[in-house]
Amino acid sequence: MDGFWSVLGGAFALVFALDPDLLEIIGLSMRVTLTAVFFACLIGLPLGAAVGVFRFPGRTLLTVALNALMGLPPVVVGLVVYLMLSASGPFGPLRLLYTPSAMIIAQMIIVTPIVAALTRQVVEDLNREYAEQFASLGVGALDRLLSLLWDARYSLLTVALAGFGRAVAEVGAVLIVGGNINHVTRVMTTTIALETSKGNLQLALALGVVLLAIAFTVTACVMALKASAVRAAYA
Amino acid sequence: MIRRLMSLALATIVLAAVTVSASIADEKFIIIQSTTSTQNSGLFDHILPAFRDKTGIEVRVVAVGTGQAIRNAVNGDGDVLLVHSKPSEEKFVADGFGISRADVMYNDFVIVGPASDPAGIRGSRDAIDALPKIAESETPFASRGDDSGTHKAELRLWKAANIDAAASSGTWYRETGSGMGSTLNTAIGMDAYVMTDRATWIAFGNKATHEIMVEGDPRMFNQYGVIVVNPEVHPHVKAEMGQVFADWLLSKEGQAAIADYTVDGQQLFFPNANDGSS
Repeated sequence: MDGFWSVLGGAFALVFALDPDLLEIIGLSMRVTLTAVFFACLIGLPLGAAVGVFRFPGRTLLTVALNALMGLPPVVVGLVVYLMLSASGPFGPLRLLYTPSAMIIAQMIIVTPIVAALTRQVVEDLNREYAEQFASLGVGALDRLLSLLWDARYSLLTVALAGFGRAVAEVGAVLIVGGNINHVTRVMTTTIALETSKGNLQLALALGVVLLAIAFTVTACVMALKASAVRAAYA
Repeated sequence: MIRRLMSLALATIVLAAVTVSASIADEKFIIIQSTTSTQNSGLFDHILPAFRDKTGIEVRVVAVGTGQAIRNAVNGDGDVLLVHSKPSEEKFVADGFGISRADVMYNDFVIVGPASDPAGIRGSRDAIDALPKIAESETPFASRGDDSGTHKAELRLWKAANIDAAASSGTWYRETGSGMGSTLNTAIGMDAYVMTDRATWIAFGNKATHEIMVEGDPRMFNQYGVIVVNPEVHPHVKAEMGQVFADWLLSKEGQAAIADYTVDGQQLFFPNANDGSS
């Protein structure tokens, strides 16, 4: 095992070589993760906001459940999704097992509770601030929800990033439901696991650095967008 | 300006992701459930392009342990099995899940260990003699412990040596419960002996000071077999294309492709289809 710097050098060499296989793997990673996070937000944002704003029986229990599900073990999610999508399972006829769609479904299940639980906290806090104003203006329930989500949009961007971080680093679930099939379901994390099991620790580590760099780039872009949007809003 | 640049970067990433997704077209393909040894050693990367060029059929490999591969195939999540545990394979066919089983190729298992060789088994050609020495010296031994073909073969050897290794699990006998490569990494990390198929070992990139200690015992013969999953049990199974693949593996051409594959000048798998055995 050579030094850390040679691994770092190897990682850069990998990226700048623009190896088509690596680009395909990175592309699939991004596609799966971004799609999963998108759908997780589609469900998690309104769900979290609703739990944060409305009073209804079982609300506390639901809040506890959402928070607990943030710690959902990916391997268990993978196993459950496998059993659902397996040819012998209830959704077998859809033939989704060992496809990117299966991986998106698994990651979506992992990320949605994170988005929902964090959204609940953000929106609940903001609602406390706005409650009197809403009451005096007689704002309807749906409008309340939407204006809270809109006003909290910058914080919610960070919520989405938390979901992205979890999904992009996840390996246990996508390995089971995707099968790590070359050119079909092989993503960054499963490639890293494969190279580690081949004993190619340097290459595995270099791929890890690449993955980190991609996550960094995506996060930096989102944060920069947010910062300039904030400036524009208060200018 | 910065904002525009950042939007552009983000858009590019999203676009790239979408493009890749579009390029994965729906083609003729079969799924084969196979073992980590065939995948990690690079055999599939070597032989599959030739098959694809000839037939236009894409082969998607799911590489797991033999036990899990068979269970996945029982569930109907694969069209072909290529694994290495003959008793389990024959049971799979007898239970009606597979059409028929054929020998494809073989290699052998070896026991590797640290160069210091604390149990003094270097150069042994008799596993039944070597394993008790490991047990007596209580030198760490890493076992797959995952119901894989290699794990089952290892258990058969312990049984033949009349040692109840599982009773020492957690002391010198350590079940990693993971694939061959992970188990090798673990064994190397704790200076343990470990049994592996020769192909994975030769292609393995993190050998450190470990080397082959025991080899050449006929009991460590490692036979691979191919089975097409029975479409009568799972009607969606692509048995026809699966049969094309199995036939090709057993054909002169497929057998030659297997024999052709070398790492560091060493042949990893030895074709033996139609040698008379079932």
